[in-house]
Amino acid sequence: MSSEAAQVLDEYGRPGAAPEIQGRHTYGTITDKIAGLVLERRCGPGFWITLGVTSALAVIFAVSLIYLLVAGTGIWGLNNTEDWGFMIASYVWWIAIGNSGTFISAFLVLLRQRWRTSINRFAEAMTIFAVAMAGLMPIMHLGRPWFFYWLAPYPDKMSLWPQWRSPLEWDFFANTTYLILSILFWYLGLLPDLATMRDQAHKRWQQLAYGLLALGWRGDARHWHHYESAYRLLAGLGAPLVISVHSVVAIDFAFADLPGWHSTILPPYFIGGALYSGIALALTITISLRALFGLQDFITPRHLANLAKLMLACSFVLTYTYAAEIFTAFYSADHFEIYTAIDRLGGRYAFTYWIAIFCNVVVPQSIWFRRVRASPLALLVVTVIINVGMWDERFMIIVTSLHRTFLPSSWHTFVPTFWDWSTLVGSLGTFVLLFLLFARCFPVISMAELRRLNARVTGVDR
Amino acid sequence: MLDLPPLMDRREAMKLMSAALALAAGGCAHPPLDQIVPYLEGQEGRDYGEPLYFATALTQGGYAQGILARSNMGRPTKIEGNPRHPASLGATTPIEQGRILELWDPGRSRAVLHDGEIASWDELMTMLTARLARLQTSGGAGLRLLTRSSSSPTLLALIDAVLARYSQARWHHHEPVNRDNVHEGARLAFGRPLEPVYHFDRAVTVLSLEADFLGCMPGKVRHARDYMQLRRPDDSRSPMSRLYAVECMPSLTGANADYRLALPSSRIGAVAAELAARLSRGGKASSAWLESAAADLDSHRGSSLILAGEGQPAQVHALAHDMNGRLGNIGKTVDFIQPPVEIRELAGASLAALAADMHAGRVDTLLILDGNPVYDAPADLEFARALERVPASIHHGLLVDETAQRCAWHVPAAHELETWGDARAFDGTLTIQQPLIAPLYGGKSAIELLGLLIGELGYVSHDVVRATWRQRFGDQQLEQRWREALRTGIVADSASAFEKVTAAENPTAPPAAHAERGAGGSDAAPGELEIVFRPDPFLWDGRYAQVAWLQELPRPLTQLTWDNAAMMCPRLAAQLGVQNEELVELELEGRVAEAPVWIVPGHADGAVTMMLGWGRTSAGTVGSLRGSSAYALRSSRAPWFARGVRITRTGRRRPLASVQGHHGMEGRDIVRGASLAAYRVNSGFAKKKADIEPPESLYPDVPYPGYAWGMSIDLTSCIGCGACTIACQAENNIPTVGKQQVLVGREMHWIRVDRYDEGPPSAPRTAFQPVPCMQCEHAPCEAVCPVEASVHDAEGINVQVYNRCIGTRFCENNCPYKVRRFNFFGYTPNTPILDAMRNPDVTVRTRGVMEKCNYCLQRVVRARIVADRENRTLHDGEVVTACQAVCPTQAIVFGDLNDPRSQVRIAKSSPRNYALLGDLDTRPRTTYLARIVNTAADEPV
Repeated sequence: MSSEAAQVLDEYGRPGAAPEIQGRHTYGTITDKIAGLVLERRCGPGFWITLGVTSALAVIFAVSLIYLLVAGTGIWGLNNTEDWGFMIASYVWWIAIGNSGTFISAFLVLLRQRWRTSINRFAEAMTIFAVAMAGLMPIMHLGRPWFFYWLAPYPDKMSLWPQWRSPLEWDFFANTTYLILSILFWYLGLLPDLATMRDQAHKRWQQLAYGLLALGWRGDARHWHHYESAYRLLAGLGAPLVISVHSVVAIDFAFADLPGWHSTILPPYFIGGALYSGIALALTITISLRALFGLQDFITPRHLANLAKLMLACSFVLTYTYAAEIFTAFYSADHFEIYTAIDRLGGRYAFTYWIAIFCNVVVPQSIWFRRVRASPLALLVVTVIINVGMWDERFMIIVTSLHRTFLPSSWHTFVPTFWDWSTLVGSLGTFVLLFLLFARCFPVISMAELRRLNARVTGVDR
Repeated sequence: MLDLPPLMDRREAMKLMSAALALAAGGCAHPPLDQIVPYLEGQEGRDYGEPLYFATALTQGGYAQGILARSNMGRPTKIEGNPRHPASLGATTPIEQGRILELWDPGRSRAVLHDGEIASWDELMTMLTARLARLQTSGGAGLRLLTRSSSSPTLLALIDAVLARYSQARWHHHEPVNRDNVHEGARLAFGRPLEPVYHFDRAVTVLSLEADFLGCMPGKVRHARDYMQLRRPDDSRSPMSRLYAVECMPSLTGANADYRLALPSSRIGAVAAELAARLSRGGKASSAWLESAAADLDSHRGSSLILAGEGQPAQVHALAHDMNGRLGNIGKTVDFIQPPVEIRELAGASLAALAADMHAGRVDTLLILDGNPVYDAPADLEFARALERVPASIHHGLLVDETAQRCAWHVPAAHELETWGDARAFDGTLTIQQPLIAPLYGGKSAIELLGLLIGELGYVSHDVVRATWRQRFGDQQLEQRWREALRTGIVADSASAFEKVTAAENPTAPPAAHAERGAGGSDAAPGELEIVFRPDPFLWDGRYAQVAWLQELPRPLTQLTWDNAAMMCPRLAAQLGVQNEELVELELEGRVAEAPVWIVPGHADGAVTMMLGWGRTSAGTVGSLRGSSAYALRSSRAPWFARGVRITRTGRRRPLASVQGHHGMEGRDIVRGASLAAYRVNSGFAKKKADIEPPESLYPDVPYPGYAWGMSIDLTSCIGCGACTIACQAENNIPTVGKQQVLVGREMHWIRVDRYDEGPPSAPRTAFQPVPCMQCEHAPCEAVCPVEASVHDAEGINVQVYNRCIGTRFCENNCPYKVRRFNFFGYTPNTPILDAMRNPDVTVRTRGVMEKCNYCLQRVVRARIVADRENRTLHDGEVVTACQAVCPTQAIVFGDLNDPRSQVRIAKSSPRNYALLGDLDTRPRTTYLARIVNTAADEPV
């Protein structure tokens, strides 16, 4: 256990009792600290190494996709029994990551949770990059990706329309809506800070760039008035999207006839899982940024503990659905459902099931311990394990339902190829690269909101 | 913009482009020069682009199979059976289907070769003329002809003409999978070689002594049809036949037997001997199995049949004839005719004599007409080495094969669909073969080559064949009868007359030990491991190795593609400590072969089987270096089975591409079946809840006021031969994907034949189930496609719109039957010559698109256009799907469900009718008729 955990526990008794903001801060110090991260801070060797590694992974990602376009879907381990594999598992995983960003920024703002202030900005950025990754996956997964726009209802000369019963069609709308809203929400929240950056910047090109992006924000009362209502409106729109997007993703599976997929529990199950992995990744990022950028004053033990508790709650939802799935399978008395349930527990891909149980059910129980909640290092390990477990769970859902289909004559085994792995690893690298560039160019915490929070918490209104 | 004059006008550009396209696509393809006659006369030129059918025949081992070849604007594109031909009755085997690809194969030989260098026909003629002039002075001593076994009157007359000209010359014939034992067995029994002709439509009790009459005997298509005449459980007036089979390696016949006994091939003679003793002297047989068979045969005198396979020694055949005689079956269920193929000496002996002469240096000029003895001659003859001692060897064949590479000269052969000829069917019926197309690759026919030997340099196959028939038909009737024979594909009333047979001097059963040795196998101490050689069901003796369709067609009993294996029962594998795909070394009499193990439930213990026809070294890019050659172990003394094989493990593996990895039904009622007795008691046994009362649906039923297409597949009739799969492949331009892709699970067949084994692995009961698209009324694939690429048409067919498909593959995930096939790569190569072979009515699919069975929609449309033009509705049977047309047992019925008198409606009204996975409420339009076997009521099915 890290010394920080001991220190936190000494100081507050429990990490959740820590204040939302620490230290003696004024408007000026907050602005200096956060804007300084972008404008003043020099890039150390760590930055360049990370940039190099993630760029290399992004190149691998690009090569994987280009090779895919040249050679065809056959480069993956898919076959006529298992038509979906890594790409769809990754898609569900990425869209789930995105989910929690919106949850943090939209849900928590509506619920007036003040502690969200320090984390919503990068959680939103995480959402955008994750949704971008998620959007790429199913498109590249198509046999003919260049025709993906046929999913859109546009007036073409043959009067062809999409097929509205297909959940993939709903998925197309859910995802595009989600991506647009996420970008708007993130950008709107950035406006006051972009203006601050414009004002803080010394270099002419920075002033110009931030000035253009700030869209003429002057901190006018009228600006603030419109800003507030627009922000709340978007939050109001975003909150139901948190539910709907992942429900639609779940229906992509639940709509099918397959045992293990064809189940009404899937939407809540997927939403729970989405929040779970999303919060886990948000926490991973929170802990990393806090340590790398020295943001301990703004991201306090309370933030970490709150996120950890949310994660623990989600793990209960998941544990319940795991249990309910098995129970329902046997309760249904349906041969195929029972077979799939047994196959998940003991079949060829049982290891994926038990990895999911270990990572998603067993490991998070450690959060019950205060020392774990107080220790950023311990939480970091737990969140990474959970996200591995959540990716594995999506893969498990896909592969176990497909490989033992209704007719035993068609049973087959999915073996991932090099390109399956390279696409997965490459997409992770690309995500980190994008995030790195974001953190380098934009304030990672909302300065405007933080200033207001500081005034409220400490009463220092200057 | 500059106003430049165009280089050519639009018409000219179009002309040039279409000419370029025609050159690229058609290559040198053009119709034959001599007049050929379509099956339905008066159709030529009726409608531009309308396909024409021509009756002809394809031969194998000299036995003709009547076919109708479809010709689209002069390009042969598909083979169908000839309904008038006795060996076909409208159906074919997979091999005949595949021979259209053999015809177009871009890997075929294209030039005369001399010592491997391109030479010319003229050079060959010069060489041959000089040589023949010298030979003639010595009466042709040293001149040898080697052909495959033949039944062609024209070819045999030419050979006789050669032999007459050169008195010292000799003719040899060679078939690796020959019928020597059959002919020798008849000689033992009746004093002369005869060919048995079986009447399965009259045989109520059948005992097969390793006779695979459904899978590899000449006339198998006819046998399957006849056999199923007595397998109609819905017809309570007709008795149902019962089949007993004794065999080593599970075959189609064994898999379809009501009672099967697995024994090493060498022990089947003893069974025959015991049975003969039991039938002639009474008493009890030593085993319950044999006793019940004997009792059954005994009680069906005159309506039973005992037959022995070509791999069993002649003595076993003699015993079978003897037993049939005693049971009064001769003249009723079996008759005898003069062998359709010419047998002056047995094929095995004929080749052995040639090889001996070659070794002794007594052969000066050897002409090998269509054969590959370097590859497929018995190993002990050392044919390749013998060939080195022949100064002038000329090979004539479709490919530059193993033999061609070792001969001084090679002449490309014309394909059977490119030349004139004639041949006899298993019952002696004659067909005049007409060409569908002029030789694509400049091949020469055997007739032209033999013409050189008798000094006729300008022989044209058409004239020579016609001359033969001028003699037979007479000058006056020639034109009319010639046309009629070409049109119908048979020479009327040419079937051989049944011979009156009398038992030879000594018909008593030879002692068992004698039967066990004989011409089939070598003798060795008991307890030794036995190796059994069987022809590959699709590559046969290896001659079709370059046909990718046949390579990729799963073998019915192993589901293997692109490879062969050392096949053994689970017990032997456990004893040897080997697993599937493990390479083992087989050693027999000092000769060695290496093959991966494949465990086959139901294989006899104490024996290992290898399929012939694999391990070709020079069969083009498709056929070379696939599998392991069993010829390396096969000797002329023991061509079918030999004891004393030693198996050692190598520790290495060779992956085997099986299309089905699991053969149990896992308690799912997929193939529903019962014994005949149980069916008589409870005829509705196959009906489950969903079959009687479909589950309620939220959606209203869609009306089909016009046609409503549907299909019924009778699992009692299906023998599992795989012809439907390959007929579909040919009709629908389905690509092959190769071994690696099959290993990954991406084979493209639209209709597959699933095999399920139930019961103990030592003696499983095997069931076959062809699975095309079910054309579900509530199609799970349609609901999930986001772009409406999978839709129902107005006649109920679930169609796949290829150019709308974007490849989400959700449809295939959601298909409970897994009948959809995805183009993971661009599987159809851009080979212009093969483009000419493809069915012009069917789109060739690109990469990234889903495809599947659509009830041969193009055939429906074609028929409907004709009917519409004649202002009438379609008759029942006017649309025949490719799988239905090819099925030897007519297990597949297709038609309009709205027509109350249609065959498909009648089939579906059977109490055996059930829907596969009907509980899912997919409401499939393809349904099955449950499988009925004629076993005792209490036995599992």
